[in-house]
Amino acid sequence: MNFESYNPGKFYDEFFSKPGIPRAEVKKLIDRVNSFPDTELTNRQKAAEAAFMQMGITFGVYGDQKGLEKIFPFDIIPRIINAQDWNLIERGVTQRVYALNKFIHDVYNEQKIIKDGVISKEIILSSVAYRKECLGLKPPKGIWCHISGIDLVRDENGQFYVLEDNLRCPSGVSYVLGNRRVMKHTLPVVFESLPIRPVDDYSNRLADTLRNLIPESILKPNIVILTPGIYNSAYFEHSFLAQQMGEELVEGRDLVVMDDFVYMRTTKGFERVDAIYRRIDDDFLDPTVFNPDSLLGVPGLMQSYRSGKVALANAPGTGIADDKAIYSFVPEIIKYYTGEDAILPNVPTFLCGDEKSRKHVIENIENFVVKTTHGSGGYGMLIGPYSTKEQQQKMIENIMQDPRNYIGQPVIQLSRVPVIVKDRFEGRHIDLRPYILYGEDINVLPGGLTRVALEKDSLVVNSSQGGGSKDTWVLAEGSK
Amino acid sequence: MLSRVANSIFWMSRYLERVENAARLIETQLHMLLDLPSLREDPNAWKPLVDITGDGDYFSEKLGDPTRENVMFFHTFDDDYPHSIKSCLTAARENARSVREVIPSEIWEMINKLYLDVAGMGTSLKAFTNPHKFYSDIKMASHLIIGIAYTTMSRGEAWHFAQLGRYLERADKTSRILDVKYFIMLPRLDYVGSSMDNVLWSALLKSTNSFEMYRKRFNLISPQNIVDFLIFDREFPRSIIYCVSHAEQSLFRITGTPVGAFNNELERQCGKLSGKLNYSNVSEVMSIGLHEFLDGIQSDVNNLDNAVFENFFAIKKVTDSNRAGFQIQ
Repeated sequence: MNFESYNPGKFYDEFFSKPGIPRAEVKKLIDRVNSFPDTELTNRQKAAEAAFMQMGITFGVYGDQKGLEKIFPFDIIPRIINAQDWNLIERGVTQRVYALNKFIHDVYNEQKIIKDGVISKEIILSSVAYRKECLGLKPPKGIWCHISGIDLVRDENGQFYVLEDNLRCPSGVSYVLGNRRVMKHTLPVVFESLPIRPVDDYSNRLADTLRNLIPESILKPNIVILTPGIYNSAYFEHSFLAQQMGEELVEGRDLVVMDDFVYMRTTKGFERVDAIYRRIDDDFLDPTVFNPDSLLGVPGLMQSYRSGKVALANAPGTGIADDKAIYSFVPEIIKYYTGEDAILPNVPTFLCGDEKSRKHVIENIENFVVKTTHGSGGYGMLIGPYSTKEQQQKMIENIMQDPRNYIGQPVIQLSRVPVIVKDRFEGRHIDLRPYILYGEDINVLPGGLTRVALEKDSLVVNSSQGGGSKDTWVLAEGSK
Repeated sequence: MLSRVANSIFWMSRYLERVENAARLIETQLHMLLDLPSLREDPNAWKPLVDITGDGDYFSEKLGDPTRENVMFFHTFDDDYPHSIKSCLTAARENARSVREVIPSEIWEMINKLYLDVAGMGTSLKAFTNPHKFYSDIKMASHLIIGIAYTTMSRGEAWHFAQLGRYLERADKTSRILDVKYFIMLPRLDYVGSSMDNVLWSALLKSTNSFEMYRKRFNLISPQNIVDFLIFDREFPRSIIYCVSHAEQSLFRITGTPVGAFNNELERQCGKLSGKLNYSNVSEVMSIGLHEFLDGIQSDVNNLDNAVFENFFAIKKVTDSNRAGFQIQ
């Protein structure tokens, strides 16, 4: 198998600038792969898949009763990002996370951005992710979003755009680390020939980020990861991070609040908890404050948090910045808090809550991607050009019922990379989710999750919708 | 350590021990029948493997006669039977999955692989084309997991909870096997001294993996020596006294109480059982009656089990009494 017959098509191809002309950063990889004996690549692909299965790097699919878990489809041809592109990404997402953090703090405190007329009060108050319970909260060191993931795409000219912000509980970083581990065994020689930046110290940095939330007077703090449990689709990730950091993985039932302090139930009695990296949504965090039916959370947790007895990462309420209607204001938000222009542009976005924009989206629905403002996982979205008339009609009805909660975006023809399809390479669309830690300073993991839409022509990369992933190799500065 | 985590480690290790025991039991039976052509025709040849479980009623209701196929299915693939190899592996894996962050990755990976291998058999027929290999592979996988734990785990709480689970399970299994098999064999007095007799008693030893070690201590196969060995041998890791004393050591390492004293009901019961074994011997057991003695051991182990649960795992309510005692670290 080789790249000779590979057709990059009319899209931006991450590997080839023209048919047969590889980009500088991937040339070594292509030469190596072309020199492999015929069945070598398929054998290695199989071995990699078997490794994931045995390691149990799997996820559950909602609504799937019996099968319970699957491996996240993986393609052994890596995605390579050169140092120059990475520099842009790094600066862009750092700026964005810094500004969004300021924004969240402002929204739940002085609300200056509203008073200054940059963003309307209605748009904020009407967001389903807005938490009035968070008003007046002052998290340690003013940091709300300690861990975020920003989804990036490239259009047909190779221009990077931010597609969405994930400031609640972005998942997927364990796949970045798992993919890397498997790739080191799968293509060691190719790996050696390139200056690939390591991703392995993510768990150290995450531990530092969490430690940063705890007063230094506590010498041996207890940091825990709060998971919904083994049936959650991201359970593997929760346990993996706990293991790598050497911290306890807890469920809601392991925790109890007494006199505003949080304790965990251990074999030797109750032990105080100082910081919680929570991987459950705001709604389930504390049944006495949010969803009263939640069995996953801890009664009294918010009161403990409010009184500064425990730290939470991410802080409750950060979902406001994930809202896709708020998203359309992020360039203004960045300008307002930093005085700078956004380094990474947004995809043009039409808010259906606005009458003129709504009309435009509905009239041209076959050319638009329509999403709910608070959805994730690729659920409940419409991709105009690939939808039927009925689907479009259904979506128009949804929009009319609740216009505030829908946005329209022109279809971006995402960039493509070659993936192995049976015994040849074919181009498939991808995105990129870098992970950003906000501790003493803002740190971007040099890598990220490259998600691939494995179905031919599909633009939806979510794992819940048949997406797969690739290892993402960021090359060091000064490399050729 | 979190109570929930300790509980999962304890059960993960117990279920794995159960898997290994079931695999060994069947493997030994298969071997034994190859040596005893006459017994192969006996419709009740496989019945002791049902009796050992104490779940004979369930068996006859669901599967009927104790044929080779039925008994093997029952012990291996029966999803409805909680002690079948597959059910135990499922449970061991679920428990391991919930403590992945605590146990070495290789242990999780081996348990996961063993589960996938057994579950991947789908229908039972495939395994039974070469059952000897199938059961021997399961046994070896279990040895491998124990070996990984032995060489990679710190001797902290996690390790001791795993030991506690394993040894309590093993004490229970050794006593059951001895109890049931002994009584099946005794009535066949016509076999005494025959090669048939030796094969049967050897099979008992093999089903507890003790044949070779027994031979090193006693040359002759005799029922009383076998009882002595399986209950009172201090050096053999599957004898009841060895299992109980190791469970005791781990328990006291967890609580920090010195062995020989007690601070709670659990420690008291454990010490009492250990004393009972330490200060008894085979002739006393025979005069009480082996069955009565083993029955007593089994119920002691059961009580110990409940006490472990109450002491470490039961979710404690926040009350004023335990509020006063909780530690702040």
